[in-house]
Amino acid sequence: MPLPRAEVDATTPKYLRDKYAIVGVGETTYTRGSGKTTRALGTWAVRNAILDAGLKPSDIDGMLSYQGGDSTSGTFISGDLGIRLNFYMDVMGGGSSTEALVGIAIGLIEAGCCKVVAIFRSMNGYSQVRIGGTGARSAAPVGGDMLHNRAYGWQSAGQSFAPTFMRHMYDYGTKPEQVAMVKVAHSHHASNNPKAYYKKRFTVEDVLSSRFICKPLHLLDCCVETDNATAIIVTSAERARDCKHPLVLIRGVVGRCNKPRLDMHYQHGPISTVAGYYARQILWPNSGVGPENIDITGSYDAFTFTTMLQLEDYGFCKKGEGGEYVSSGAIQLGGRRPNNTSGGHLCEGYTHGMNMVIENTRQLRHDADDSCPIGADGKRQHTYDYREGGCRQVKNVEVSANLGWANPSTASSMVMRRG
Amino acid sequence: MAIRGEYLGMGLTVDDLDVENLEYFRHCAEHDFHLQACAQCSRLRYPPTTACPWCATLDSTWKKVEGRGSVHSYSEVHHAIQPAFRGKTPYLILLVDLDTQKGEPTPDEALRVVGNLATPDGQLAPPEMVKRVGIGTRVRMVFSDVAPGLALPQWTIDETASQPAQVWRYPQE
Repeated sequence: MPLPRAEVDATTPKYLRDKYAIVGVGETTYTRGSGKTTRALGTWAVRNAILDAGLKPSDIDGMLSYQGGDSTSGTFISGDLGIRLNFYMDVMGGGSSTEALVGIAIGLIEAGCCKVVAIFRSMNGYSQVRIGGTGARSAAPVGGDMLHNRAYGWQSAGQSFAPTFMRHMYDYGTKPEQVAMVKVAHSHHASNNPKAYYKKRFTVEDVLSSRFICKPLHLLDCCVETDNATAIIVTSAERARDCKHPLVLIRGVVGRCNKPRLDMHYQHGPISTVAGYYARQILWPNSGVGPENIDITGSYDAFTFTTMLQLEDYGFCKKGEGGEYVSSGAIQLGGRRPNNTSGGHLCEGYTHGMNMVIENTRQLRHDADDSCPIGADGKRQHTYDYREGGCRQVKNVEVSANLGWANPSTASSMVMRRG
Repeated sequence: MAIRGEYLGMGLTVDDLDVENLEYFRHCAEHDFHLQACAQCSRLRYPPTTACPWCATLDSTWKKVEGRGSVHSYSEVHHAIQPAFRGKTPYLILLVDLDTQKGEPTPDEALRVVGNLATPDGQLAPPEMVKRVGIGTRVRMVFSDVAPGLALPQWTIDETASQPAQVWRYPQE
């Protein structure tokens, strides 16, 4: 891989670039109504990631997870799999946690706390605790600082983020039909992903004629809610060379980088700019690459708008031209830089960003789990025919970027490359 | 002392240790909007905080602030999540730039105060009123009374102000 922008004075010590790797990825099925506890789901996903890496449970000695009071702890997952840990921590948080925890895992290994870290997210996001605060939680008393939001019916993610989305349309003339193209692209990708919860292809017209949730969001601008767990395994590049798959190396990470005034970020404008504006100032110099070097992106799609806003603020197009960029064909399979080739949160399933890291890891291995035939060597023979039900492997992928989102004011991100 | 109230069937509480919010809502209950002003740099801040976001000074005083401004952005909710708001759709969530301290200390900053679009007596606005409001609409503050010591600041169309010729609304009705 060429290393452009070598003149950039990176704040990450350059020796950390390519020193760590994602060696295992695993997930459960993406369902609604898993019929299992988050403990059982988490165990299943972590076990799959260990097997995928070609490791044994006893090789894992670090475990990290994130949740919002809706999941299990690493203590149960490690216990169930007979793993004795040298480090574990369960942190609060949803979107933007995956890349941030990869950064923590690198720091832990670098500090000598442990050697091989499993990171998981397990949630019954449909059948138990729904993210929008629906169900029993929606009727909970509202107190203290929440009086400045929930008391106004300003609670769910869509409701909370909508002022950013609206203002972007106002500031830059972004059109609903442009943003709808994010759903169109991701649904096409999902149609080539046998594990996706929604595999149906949608049109711009489908999105715009679906009912309003809260303007500017139609139903089909919003992600799916599912029950599932996902896991990844991080270790040093040195150890990674003994694992099963082609190397997928970590170039740089940004963890929960934010806009000013996290207590209520709308106090500090422009509100149509998101935290990616700040995160990119760390991501690109630290990774030693720029947006022009990225082959595929995993821009968080809690909503169609979040994908667009992040691609714009990370510099994949000029500020204000996100609508044009996402509707240009660039983000679709076969385009210049496909985004969320698994179908992402809009279609594959919702696990707060981790499934997009899993997908990019597989893409960098040149081993996307689509319906292409498996050859004599046990590897998929990719056809690069992106018609419905076909291939979703991007040709010659070398470098990827994951752009995690918690809300307009908090972003995490990660650049990975094929080793 | 802690406050407990009910608004649209939804329980609202302020704990007795939460002195910043107690003081904020006490002024609202008197229909007299106040914000904290920093004891050092004098800047106003919203919502209530425990220190000054610009100079980190802990001390502040409560200062009367005029409840007038223009809509900076909004959402129009059609699918209510909370039971309190079912049957109230569509309702507007407004983010309003107060005229006071707008563009300070940097051009992109403002005191952006949240509220629903309401009638002058503090009831959630009917659909025909919702249709009139967008980015740029001039609004004035009104209050929804909840309990002694607790009222929610809300926004209503400022019928006395000169309104922009056209406000920006989401293109698809």
